[in-house]
Amino acid sequence: MSDLIEQWQERVRAAAAAGTALQIRGGGTKAFYGRAPAGELFDVRGHAGIVSYEPTELVVTVRAGTPLAELEALLDDSRQMLAFEPPHFGATATIGGCVAAGLSGPRRAAAGALRDFVLGVKILDGRGDVLTFGGQVMKNVAGYDVSRLIAGSLGTLGVILEVSLKVLPRPVAEATLSLAMSEAEAIARLNEWGGQPLPLSASAWSDGVLNVRLSGAEAAVRAALARLGGEVVAADAADAFWGGLREQTADFFGDAALDESGTSLWRLSVPSAAAPLKLDGHQLIEWGGALRWLRSTVAAEAIRERTAALGGHATRFRGGARDGQIFHPLPAPLMTIHRRLKHAFDPAGIFNPGRLYDGL
Amino acid sequence: MNFDAEAPTPGERDVDFSAVDKVRLVEALARVLPAGALMYDPEDLRPYECDGLSAYRQLPLIVALPTSEEQVVAILRTCSAMRVPVVARGAGTGLSGGALPHAHGVVLSLARFNRILQLDPHARTAVVQPGVRNLAISEAAAPHGLYYAPDPSSQIACTIGGNVAENSGGVHCLKYGLTVHNLLRVRGVTIEGEIVEIGNHALDAPGYDLLALVTGSEGMLAVITEVTVKLTPKPQLAQCVLAAFDDVIRAGNAVAEIIAAGIIPAGLEMMDQPATAAVEQFVHAGYPLSAKAILLCESDGTPEEVAEEIARVRAVLDAGGATEIRVSRDEAERMRFWAGRKAAFPAAGRISPDYYCMDGTIPRKRLGEMLEAIQAMERKHGLRCINVFHAGDGNLHPLILFDANQPGELARAEEFGAEILELSVALGGTITGEHGVGIEKINQMCSQFSRPEITTFFRVKAAFDPAGLLNPGKAIPTLNRCAEYGRERVSKGHVPYPDIPRF
Ligand SMILES: Cc1cc2nc3c(=O)[nH]c(=O)nc-3n(C[C@H](O)[C@H](O)[C@H](O)COP(=O)(O)OP(=O)(O)OC[C@H]3O[C@@H](n4cnc5c(N)ncnc54)[C@H](O)[C@@H]3O)c2cc1C
Ligand SMILES: Cc1cc2nc3c(=O)[nH]c(=O)nc-3n(C[C@H](O)[C@H](O)[C@H](O)COP(=O)(O)OP(=O)(O)OC[C@H]3O[C@@H](n4cnc5c(N)ncnc54)[C@H](O)[C@@H]3O)c2cc1C
Repeated sequence: MSDLIEQWQERVRAAAAAGTALQIRGGGTKAFYGRAPAGELFDVRGHAGIVSYEPTELVVTVRAGTPLAELEALLDDSRQMLAFEPPHFGATATIGGCVAAGLSGPRRAAAGALRDFVLGVKILDGRGDVLTFGGQVMKNVAGYDVSRLIAGSLGTLGVILEVSLKVLPRPVAEATLSLAMSEAEAIARLNEWGGQPLPLSASAWSDGVLNVRLSGAEAAVRAALARLGGEVVAADAADAFWGGLREQTADFFGDAALDESGTSLWRLSVPSAAAPLKLDGHQLIEWGGALRWLRSTVAAEAIRERTAALGGHATRFRGGARDGQIFHPLPAPLMTIHRRLKHAFDPAGIFNPGRLYDGL
Repeated sequence: MNFDAEAPTPGERDVDFSAVDKVRLVEALARVLPAGALMYDPEDLRPYECDGLSAYRQLPLIVALPTSEEQVVAILRTCSAMRVPVVARGAGTGLSGGALPHAHGVVLSLARFNRILQLDPHARTAVVQPGVRNLAISEAAAPHGLYYAPDPSSQIACTIGGNVAENSGGVHCLKYGLTVHNLLRVRGVTIEGEIVEIGNHALDAPGYDLLALVTGSEGMLAVITEVTVKLTPKPQLAQCVLAAFDDVIRAGNAVAEIIAAGIIPAGLEMMDQPATAAVEQFVHAGYPLSAKAILLCESDGTPEEVAEEIARVRAVLDAGGATEIRVSRDEAERMRFWAGRKAAFPAAGRISPDYYCMDGTIPRKRLGEMLEAIQAMERKHGLRCINVFHAGDGNLHPLILFDANQPGELARAEEFGAEILELSVALGGTITGEHGVGIEKINQMCSQFSRPEITTFFRVKAAFDPAGLLNPGKAIPTLNRCAEYGRERVSKGHVPYPDIPRF
């Protein structure tokens, strides 16, 4: 074990003994996300670098502090990619932060979420033990799937030291179409198309325009273009469009005046065929209808109630009080299991306390 | 907080359940269950004494066959209050002894939970009870041009509840994923009788990813009472390439080369010569019998897409030294190509009184090495082994042939199997890709995981099942077991494969 990890083990043990909260931090690009961070800063960027990458195995193993941009550049050299499309987002975002946040980009509905690509993790738990779960192979059911449990846990269960991710070849061909239609029509069409063997890899509806991206074999993309109609978007305009969505730099997300106006950016995850929201605000629909971004001043309770009625859950992605509920409240039996899991990994409650839920 | 004095986690030590009183238990369960939902005569219990791993048999005290979730809650509350172990059971096709009864416990069969509750073709979801058979979902979805993607070879018999509990895969999971990638929601009951809804009909859920945790948990965290699966559009066309090789290493390399060319086939399977010979006399698929190994590579999608991909696959196989390449010309021929692969297990059963199926997964590039090592083990243990691999994802199913009626053969088969599993770990892989640990591979867990990792598993279990009553003794080895297993290995005086780098 490296000196650095040994130092971290010592630090975690000391923090556990003293009950000192630690705020785990990668590139800090996500500091806005979740409930307010608290505790002594625990910077994980020092543990960086690619451990192994074998394109023919479709697996890359990286230390958590590795910049996401560095990893993506490496994969790109072999014409491979992280299929869940996390943002390139500046130079500082780390793969550890990416896995801890657990968010996925535009390709999610077609390719799967970040958690679907996590094959294994090495973590430092709240007792100062270094633990490895999963591995580098595609199929593995030895022991509980702790790797996926760690994905999206926002650093509340342990410090991620290393991650193995499944990677995929980049599609041979890609094209984007733009079609004018209403919200209800877009939801209906996206679900209809979802039930057909079409190479859809991303979708975005906003302000009466639906953009869809097709990815796959040349022939398949060509055939789908002919079938779906609409207008083909020029390649660089399409790249800029999906890039803006992926990195949340598109005008829709602009955080100017979020707080002053009392507006929050809500992330509503709902069944793809859920009816239009009928909530006041400005909306952008992704993931074939399953992800609805809403900029709105409507009260949190009303938004959560409507989202739950549609069968989904609401996250206050930006804006609002950071010490309140950011993530959708959990039913009591699930909260009990969450508390016990937190205690299992972090008995002294030192890692990112309260970042996900109060008391976790 | 000081961890040196921490109490042991429940389950970490072996627990003695011999004090369970059958008569009192029958009385208590009869109070909460209708007549006909409870069996306790040894004759009635016989069909439940084992799963697909029939070398291990054990009669339970009682089998309960509830028909409603309220009854499941009542059974679990009763067992929880009386501290009785509970083993959930689907169709009993599991290959690792996961559904093997507990001698002092109840088998909770979900066989009567066999209804498809809702199928929404527009949203492409199906809500089903856990006892619904895997294939029944695809059959119900077929009129809508949809299907449920994970297709274990046992799909006519195995249940979706069992699939969730084992995170089962099939020949198409390289492209379409395992059970965990095709689930949206699981509803279950904890041993304390609490109903939990894990996941939802959206693409993610708030909080920790409990859906992933429950998938593959071998019935040790909760009893599943309802499942929502994703349905996938049926491809317009599927075509299969059959390639023959005169060398197993070359065949293994061709698998890696296909992936390296940026192709993710819908299925990529490999069979060695003895396996090909065994299935050929059974199904007459027309396999080339002189080949040392054959690959089956399936492409699916639109006709244009398939034509493009097949051309690329062909080029790679040609360059990789295939001695013969056939492309299925119609659906009947494609089915024939697959018939042999899908019949591998029954074929093994035909040429040998018994067979023992292994399930290690290794990095693809080490397939050839593994096959050579297995050949050496055949000589060492004096048993034959035929090999069918989900080569695309490195998942191996060596079938060790033996005759349980010959003294010593079962023990030799088990040693042979253990050696394959340990080599899988040493080659950078895992002891089980899709069949689960169950009782069968529990010793090898001690070689794959460190003590603190195993303790963490027990802590995870305790988060759902603090009393350690759901399927105790399975999947995660107790301290004692690892100590005993470790001792046995030390007495042999060597670590297996000392020259292979560990990672
Ligand atoms: C506007 C915006 C939109 C985004 N959208 C997406 C998206 O769609 N998809 C996506 O994948 N990403 C998205 N991101 C995430 C981000 O760009 C990076 O991908 C990454 O998630 C942040 O990495 P970081 O190193 O900056 O993390 P940080 O901000 O430093 O940390 C994020 C969280 O992870 C924890 N953490 C960090 N490192 C570790 C570790 N080693 N072990 C344990 N916990 C750790 C932190 O405690 C914190 O809770 C978005 C970011 C922004 C700003
Ligand atoms: C010929 C043959 C071929 C096979 N091929 C494949 C294959 O290609 N791929 C593959 O992955 N597997 C395969 N298997 C293994 C087996 O079919 C799968 O593991 C299957 O998922 C088991 O389902 P089952 O309903 O029979 O479960 P069972 O054997 O009854 O139970 C398996 C485990 O699940 C638990 N369980 C069952 N139902 C529930 C429930 N409702 N709630 C909680 N826990 C539950 C049990 O306690 C047990 O631990 C094969 C088996 C055979 C015999």
